[in-house]
Amino acid sequence: MKRSTIKTARAEGNSPASRRVRWGAKLAGLAVGSVALAGCSPAFGAYRGATTQGRSTFHLFQGFAITAIFVGGITFGLLFFVLLRYRKKSDAIPKQRHSNVKIEILYTVIPILIVVGLFFFTVKVENKVDALNPSPNVKVTVTAFQWGWKFYYPATNTTVIGSIKHYPQLVLPEGETTAITLVSQDVVHGFYIPAFNFSRYALPGFVNHFDFTPTSAGTYIGRCSQLCGLYHSEMLFSVKVLSAQQFQSWTSSQAGKVTA
Amino acid sequence: MTLLEQKGEASAHLPVEHHQGPTGYYRWLSSTDHKVIGKNYMYTSLVFMLIAGLMAMLIRTQLASPNSTFVSQQTYNELFTIHGSMMLYLFAGPFAFGGFANYLIPLQIGAPDMAFPRLNALSYWLYLTGGITMLLGFFTASGAAAFGWVGYAPLSSSTNSPGAGPDLWIVSIALVGFSGIFTGVNLVTTIFYLRAPGMTMFRMPIFTWNMLVTGLLILIAFPVLTAALIMLYADRHFGTHVYSVKGGGSPVLWQNLFWFFGHPEVYILALPFFGMVSEIFPVFSKKPIFGYKGLVFATLAIAGLSTGVWAHHMFTTGTVLLPFFSALSLLIAVPTGIKIFTWIGTMWGGQLDFKAPLTWAVGFIVAFTMGGITGVFLASPPIDFATHDTYFVVAHFHQVLFGTTIFAGFAGFFFWFPKLTGRMYREKLAKLQFWLVFIGFNLTFLPQYLLGLRGMPRRIAVYATTDHFTFLNRLSTAGAYLTAIGFVVFLVNMWVSWRSPIKAPDNPWDGHALEWATSSPPPSHNFHKVPPIRSNRPTWDMNHPEHADGRVMTAAELSREVLD
Repeated sequence: MKRSTIKTARAEGNSPASRRVRWGAKLAGLAVGSVALAGCSPAFGAYRGATTQGRSTFHLFQGFAITAIFVGGITFGLLFFVLLRYRKKSDAIPKQRHSNVKIEILYTVIPILIVVGLFFFTVKVENKVDALNPSPNVKVTVTAFQWGWKFYYPATNTTVIGSIKHYPQLVLPEGETTAITLVSQDVVHGFYIPAFNFSRYALPGFVNHFDFTPTSAGTYIGRCSQLCGLYHSEMLFSVKVLSAQQFQSWTSSQAGKVTA
Repeated sequence: MTLLEQKGEASAHLPVEHHQGPTGYYRWLSSTDHKVIGKNYMYTSLVFMLIAGLMAMLIRTQLASPNSTFVSQQTYNELFTIHGSMMLYLFAGPFAFGGFANYLIPLQIGAPDMAFPRLNALSYWLYLTGGITMLLGFFTASGAAAFGWVGYAPLSSSTNSPGAGPDLWIVSIALVGFSGIFTGVNLVTTIFYLRAPGMTMFRMPIFTWNMLVTGLLILIAFPVLTAALIMLYADRHFGTHVYSVKGGGSPVLWQNLFWFFGHPEVYILALPFFGMVSEIFPVFSKKPIFGYKGLVFATLAIAGLSTGVWAHHMFTTGTVLLPFFSALSLLIAVPTGIKIFTWIGTMWGGQLDFKAPLTWAVGFIVAFTMGGITGVFLASPPIDFATHDTYFVVAHFHQVLFGTTIFAGFAGFFFWFPKLTGRMYREKLAKLQFWLVFIGFNLTFLPQYLLGLRGMPRRIAVYATTDHFTFLNRLSTAGAYLTAIGFVVFLVNMWVSWRSPIKAPDNPWDGHALEWATSSPPPSHNFHKVPPIRSNRPTWDMNHPEHADGRVMTAAELSREVLD
């Protein structure tokens, strides 16, 4: 638990403000850590992100999860205390308290501060995830259609087309930035790679751009996340991350080819 | 006798038998009495809820094993579309603002009926007609609509979803939409104009406050939906191109219009239920609501913010300004949190009497807190990129919506059941139902958070063995079946209460608001005599003068108030 908190902190910059919040997060993490998190995986069930962008998202998720456990713990703590402590004991009428301005201000201001903190980190990570590299190493155009995907590499004029019978494979180089251009041929689809912690709609009539910088070689599943008709569940693809060298030899072997 | 009281009592002293009218079935069909219409709404929406719940059982059965062929993919898509549409359009909203609000608002503000009784009756019949229209989709050649309750363009176009089923879906929601708009008009007018003398705005019960805000939100949101649907229908049949790229239209426009309705809609569904538990916690704690004005302002804040957060459903479209919608969506957690602390503050130091309504209301806090916290995750665009359209979202909104409509809804249903029927429900069965539903609900939806984080998209009919989704899906299905058993217990409870009634007293819980000052069930014009209204709990003041909130006014104060 402790290690992951520190990792979160490292990913979230070094300005004085963020350092203060980081300390807050660390203390919060430690405070609830021993009890609430015992037995939990520090990943809280999420993917750690196999791209630099997905990794940032994962760290943000961890920060949110720690905050959630902290806030949820306090709320449920208060609730269960009240439920046990104030069970009916007699027919006496309790003190008729209408309000307590101090407490009301407290439970308004503290959530606002928490939300401001969450927003601060959100914007930081969002800018990282959405950043577009002006000179990417590889470009791929992804076209979604009912019910499959087409991957086109303009540099080598390589096309890979899939269907529900045959899932296509998107090949990416490790440690290099791939710029994806995403479009749809018919309805709205969702280009979703769980292990990358990322999805984006493929919209008809609108072009989406985003970058991936994969950090670990391997094969990952890709899915359509947005309902697109009858065979939505079977609109799958796979993502293969190769070392830069292997990727080079793959592209040269596929130059000009159409795989269906 | 003060001037004020004379005024109040005079209006309440209408002849009792004056409007008795027809009886039996004909009364149910022809009535413009808000109590009859309210009950019609409630029972109809509960039937729709049970039908949509059965669809959920089929959905969960399909997902209980990998590569399942229990239903076809087409049928599966129809089932979740109609399940969602029925739950949201036909149950959650109408149950609250058609059922509870209709029944309770005139009683809580000391009015004899809603402002427009005939419009009220029209609302109900439009609603019933719309509901049946939606179900008829299953009997068409094309099958029912199969594009999800959100009907995204261009999947909902005549090319991608041809046939009468989708048309019936559009028409049914337009009908229900008009019904909602009329109800909204009726609620707002009634609350503004028909309050009994002494019932100032800040003496209104929280439920009434929430229904006022809900009514205003309905008037903001529903016309947008209805207009969007009419354009969709025109695209399908009259050759317009509002949502199709080919004719220069924009599919994203549908998403903007739909969610401009859809997000206020979430609060249209939630606020009434927040109102219900805000009535229940004080009564079963024997205390006033904690921080009344804070609660009212939190409700207003939620309503204001709710009109500016719609695009958080569209973070992954790449077409919206992320920080703006993220900031407002995160902010909405603040007034929502205030409410939760207000309810805990109400119970603090009280004498908690764990009758079924309080038990269900506590279940609501538990469910809603979890759903609310995971909602904060989804307000953050990067986290939304990772979880959008996965089971994480499914788990989140079911915890919120099931938490409100079922847990708070049944808290309210059992709380006001004696008032509605003049009978008591069976306490033990209501508690048994609670535990079955509470355990079943958590077993159903908690595993779905993990499924979503592990990458299971929503609305998929099949998954592979190699996805490793099977175990968590089995847990979820088992939970769903347990929940269903809970609802069988509910039906048994209703059957027993119907066949061997136990008469309910007028005020079984030592209630606070005006509805507990009249008989159970109330006479046709609601009150023989309205007690003086000096605070937001006039019935309590009347029954506990030594602990009353409203103090006796001086003559000067009184004349000032009358002049106001």
